[in-house]
Amino acid sequence: MQSYVHVILAGLSNGMFIWLVASGLTLIFGVLGVLNFAHGSFYMLGAYGSFTVLKYLGAGFWTGLLLGPLAVCAAGFVVERFFLRHVYRIALPYQLLLTFAFVLIFDNLVKIVWGGGALSPPSLSFLGGSIPILGRNFPVYNLFIIAVGPAVALLLWALLEKTWYGRIIRASSSDREMAASLGVRVPALFTGVFVFGTWLGALGGGLAVPYVGLLTPGMGEAIIIEAFIVAVIGGLGSLKGAFVGALVIGVMSAFGTRFFPSFDMFLTFILMGGVLLWRPQGLFGAAR
Amino acid sequence: MKAEARNAAAAVVLLALCAVPFLAGKFTVYLAMRIMLLGIFAVGYNLLLGQTGLLSFGHGAFYAAGAYGLGFFGLHVSGNPLFGVAAGVAAAILLAILVGYLCVRHTEIYFAMLTLAFGMMVFSLIWNAREITGGDDGLIGIMRSPVSFFGLLEIPIGTDRQFYFFILFFFALSVWAVHRIRQSPFGLALAGIRENARRSEFAGVPVRRYRLAVFVLSGAFAGLAGSLEALLESNARPFMAHWTHSAEPVLVSLLGGLSSLTGPLVGSAIFIAMREIIQRFTENWMLWFGIVLLVIILGFRGGVVGTLSAFFRKAAAPGEG
Repeated sequence: MQSYVHVILAGLSNGMFIWLVASGLTLIFGVLGVLNFAHGSFYMLGAYGSFTVLKYLGAGFWTGLLLGPLAVCAAGFVVERFFLRHVYRIALPYQLLLTFAFVLIFDNLVKIVWGGGALSPPSLSFLGGSIPILGRNFPVYNLFIIAVGPAVALLLWALLEKTWYGRIIRASSSDREMAASLGVRVPALFTGVFVFGTWLGALGGGLAVPYVGLLTPGMGEAIIIEAFIVAVIGGLGSLKGAFVGALVIGVMSAFGTRFFPSFDMFLTFILMGGVLLWRPQGLFGAAR
Repeated sequence: MKAEARNAAAAVVLLALCAVPFLAGKFTVYLAMRIMLLGIFAVGYNLLLGQTGLLSFGHGAFYAAGAYGLGFFGLHVSGNPLFGVAAGVAAAILLAILVGYLCVRHTEIYFAMLTLAFGMMVFSLIWNAREITGGDDGLIGIMRSPVSFFGLLEIPIGTDRQFYFFILFFFALSVWAVHRIRQSPFGLALAGIRENARRSEFAGVPVRRYRLAVFVLSGAFAGLAGSLEALLESNARPFMAHWTHSAEPVLVSLLGGLSSLTGPLVGSAIFIAMREIIQRFTENWMLWFGIVLLVIILGFRGGVVGTLSAFFRKAAAPGEG
């Protein structure tokens, strides 16, 4: 019994990272209609940025978490404002490959700046340690992550449903031209949404610094695949779907790692195949 | 281009390719083989992307199926490379039927993500099934035995120069086959599906079945390229199924130009040559390649072949400019 609880907790904390990446991905897809391969790179950049603030500027964890992802937002701004903006109207392969080009560029830049090897971040003084749950120790930091995920979800929900900006974002996402003719500055809005989505991914990376143990230049590529799977299972463009999907995938792969260690990823794919056969548009996707 | 001129050009290129192993050094011969492998992969893949308008990010899986299919066949059944290649292609076709059946009901972005996910599924299977596939070490010890026709005739392919002609044979065969497919009623129906799937459906084209057919076909070419690479490098590696490898035929097709047969071939040559040249000057070839990619996407969307042919058309008819 206690081992099951621990597996579920581990799965939830894993799922929260996937959610943070998938939420930015989903938001950008929902509003801009672009699937951003480079989103995993923003996660990676967020991790390296926070790490650098933490280690070389000698700042605390919170400062790193604040400054690292903010710096990555600048990269997101450049990508949208000077590149992605020009390909909204052209065929899908070009859009995807444009973001893929940024995966190559960012991965390589990280190798140039921080080196190709793995970096190990300093250990945390607070939120470190672990507390006993049902007789076994569980890291406090993972509990913190489990709390952050829903907090971000709540923030997003409030932003989109309760504020004036949220209403404009939803309007532009359902009918770009109508929103533009009603006076919404759609290009600026798109830049804003893209930068915000970038921040969500980078925040996930910043939070991952004490969690993953090692930072490597390929860390974005692994999580972007999981975020894609989550987005497919939940329904492309649905934030609710991304949240539920991330939890399901997180918990499921934790059980996979525990009980079928060599086939944990495979379970995820089986689940995706099953969902697609049963509901091709995803769990919360609108019927097409 | 007129048919005679095109045939003449093809003959000249074929002759030039035949001459390469006699005139060029070892390394150039190796690069030429890599270009032909990527060419087979890309020209088959472009039936799906350029001709039908479906963007797959999972064809590395079929490439890997070809390589591992040949590997297992060679290690456990028979060393004859012709049968091995057939086994590799068969494995790729079976996998493509399975994946394609699940994917072709979707189009556009869903299709791209599904193929990506299934490709990575194959990758993680190969990676994790260590006892069978060798995991991250790959499947090693694949031999280049002589090509044997039932003991009557034996052609050795052990040296690189001999093996070059083995690859050239399949390369020429693939390009010719893809050319015929593009011109066939089936190929034209695929172009119709690309332009307007609904109208094709109303015109009586079984759209989903055609999509599946071309998916499997392009998977077969990927498997052929994969099995040949396994013979060339004498191993099969899990990274053949990785999504970054699946992106290669997409890149190459865009680099050369989507709308022609020659586009992906020219793109393959440029890709391999560019990688070699950039790697000679810097370790950061991904960075430079990313920048080149940005320039192509933002400035030259017809690819090299498309941009050049538009340029010559303009030069030939200056009045229309």
